[in-house]
Amino acid sequence: MMRDKIARRVTQVPPSGIRKFFDLVANVEGVISLGVGEPDFITPWHIREACIYSLERGYTMYTSNYGLPELREEIALATRRDYRIDYSPENEVLVTVGVSEAFDLAIRALVNPGEEVLIPEPSYVAYKPCTIFAGGIPVSVPTRAEDEFKLLPEQLEAKVTPRSKVLVLNYPNNPTGATMSKRDLEAIADVVVEHDLVVISDEIYDKLTYEGKHVPFAALNGMRERCIYLNGFSKSYAMTGWRIGYALGEAEVIEAMMKIHQYAMLCAPIMSQKAALEALRRGNSAVEEMRQEYNRRRRLIVKRLREAGLECFEPKGAFYVFPSIASTGMSSEEFAERLLREEKVAVVPGNAFGEGGEGHVRMAYAASLRDINEAMSRLERFLSR
Amino acid sequence: MIPARLTYNIYKPCACKNKKALQVITMDKKEEILKLLEGDARLTAAEIAKAVGLSEEEVDKAIAELEKSGVIRKYKTVINWEKLGREKVAALIDVKITPEREHGYDAIAERIMRFPEVKNLYLVSGMYDLSVLVEGNTMKEVATFVAEKLAPLPQVTSTTTHFILKKYKEDGDMLYDGEELRRLAVSP
Repeated sequence: MMRDKIARRVTQVPPSGIRKFFDLVANVEGVISLGVGEPDFITPWHIREACIYSLERGYTMYTSNYGLPELREEIALATRRDYRIDYSPENEVLVTVGVSEAFDLAIRALVNPGEEVLIPEPSYVAYKPCTIFAGGIPVSVPTRAEDEFKLLPEQLEAKVTPRSKVLVLNYPNNPTGATMSKRDLEAIADVVVEHDLVVISDEIYDKLTYEGKHVPFAALNGMRERCIYLNGFSKSYAMTGWRIGYALGEAEVIEAMMKIHQYAMLCAPIMSQKAALEALRRGNSAVEEMRQEYNRRRRLIVKRLREAGLECFEPKGAFYVFPSIASTGMSSEEFAERLLREEKVAVVPGNAFGEGGEGHVRMAYAASLRDINEAMSRLERFLSR
Repeated sequence: MIPARLTYNIYKPCACKNKKALQVITMDKKEEILKLLEGDARLTAAEIAKAVGLSEEEVDKAIAELEKSGVIRKYKTVINWEKLGREKVAALIDVKITPEREHGYDAIAERIMRFPEVKNLYLVSGMYDLSVLVEGNTMKEVATFVAEKLAPLPQVTSTTTHFILKKYKEDGDMLYDGEELRRLAVSP
């Protein structure tokens, strides 16, 4: 009965390619999964313990719509300390239910029906659907492996129209592991200014960079007022299930986002906010340890992929590699399905991340060295057939 | 001195004969190698080499140096004997000592640490001087060791024996299975 009643803007979005693959993997036993987009660390104990303590103390209520004042304070402090960007904890910080919610709020706060949102692809799977749900029109901006999946100004320029309003950036990038240097970003900033765009920059992987220092887009000259800066705790502190993130921006746009947030969500869960506070105050050494461990895995997997004969650019951030499988002659879905069935290694087909992802697969190295080694040996066997 | 390694099941040196000029291995790389081995002593040189970005020969050379200089003491296995049903008895013993002229606590500590029953030995601040972890097959064995070997030493003025009832964590490893990773097999 309800089937015919579902809104068009929902039915027009195809089911997630990742979801489809998840169902396949669930039916195979003994799988080594490199398909997981989350850390393989359990949240550091001191963070979990702080949450337990807060529950014991009775912190079970709503918080301010913006989030706990002390958490906003700490977020502003960390952003100033790490990147020298100033946001007022008073009205320029919004604590959200993960960056996922923050992105949805940002899009809904900015986009009028029919306005275009520029999304560099391959991209994280949520940007396009969220844009459609908000009534906007997603416009893919393809990036290429030979450019290390960086966004080039001419690629962006080519897709700008009079209806373009928002540019989405996500560096370090899921699924490619690409990063953008300050100079790379400055070239993009010029296009942004010229066409009067605003930027939603999802920098959830900022702590996981392996060469050079991460530069937030908002840190560039004149970009603070054109940017909504999104970040969170899921990847750096291994806190995916806590669903806790934040948005930073000028007071007016943060207030607009808060307006949606207060009616749709009210506030982020207080226990997650308490845990996030502990993470910011005392979690830095754990983050660094995890980063170093990811870096060892990154070197290992890139080396072994190349030894196995797959072309693979060296990713400088996040915990993904995005090798080309063009040499096998298979489509990315066929490759992923056969690798799963024949060798029990799960990877995500690149086409799940947009058109530009075809001919690639995403492998997450958020797995132990041992598992990565074993998966690579299976891959070698698979490729030599 | 480092005991001979059981090369069939622990860190394996590479078989390459090609001993070309090796670059100087930085402290950072050495630390990375040590961290990897600390977590898993059975990693091979090839595996370590890929993870730290050195050649196998370089990893071999670095490990040989670390062994020679005594930074790597030996390769061990963390065993939960209780799980096997082979329970050992351990006791923490607080020992009060009269220090000796010229030697302080060192002479008596060196004497005590030579007993194979002594697993750990620390000089500590506070109410007593030496903290001794003694292990044996039975409670009686441990008690006999304290009564016949430790307590009668002339510098020892008193001992207090605490038998260990349950081990929760040893050398940084939790000896229980309460915590595990529960991730979805595929996620965005």
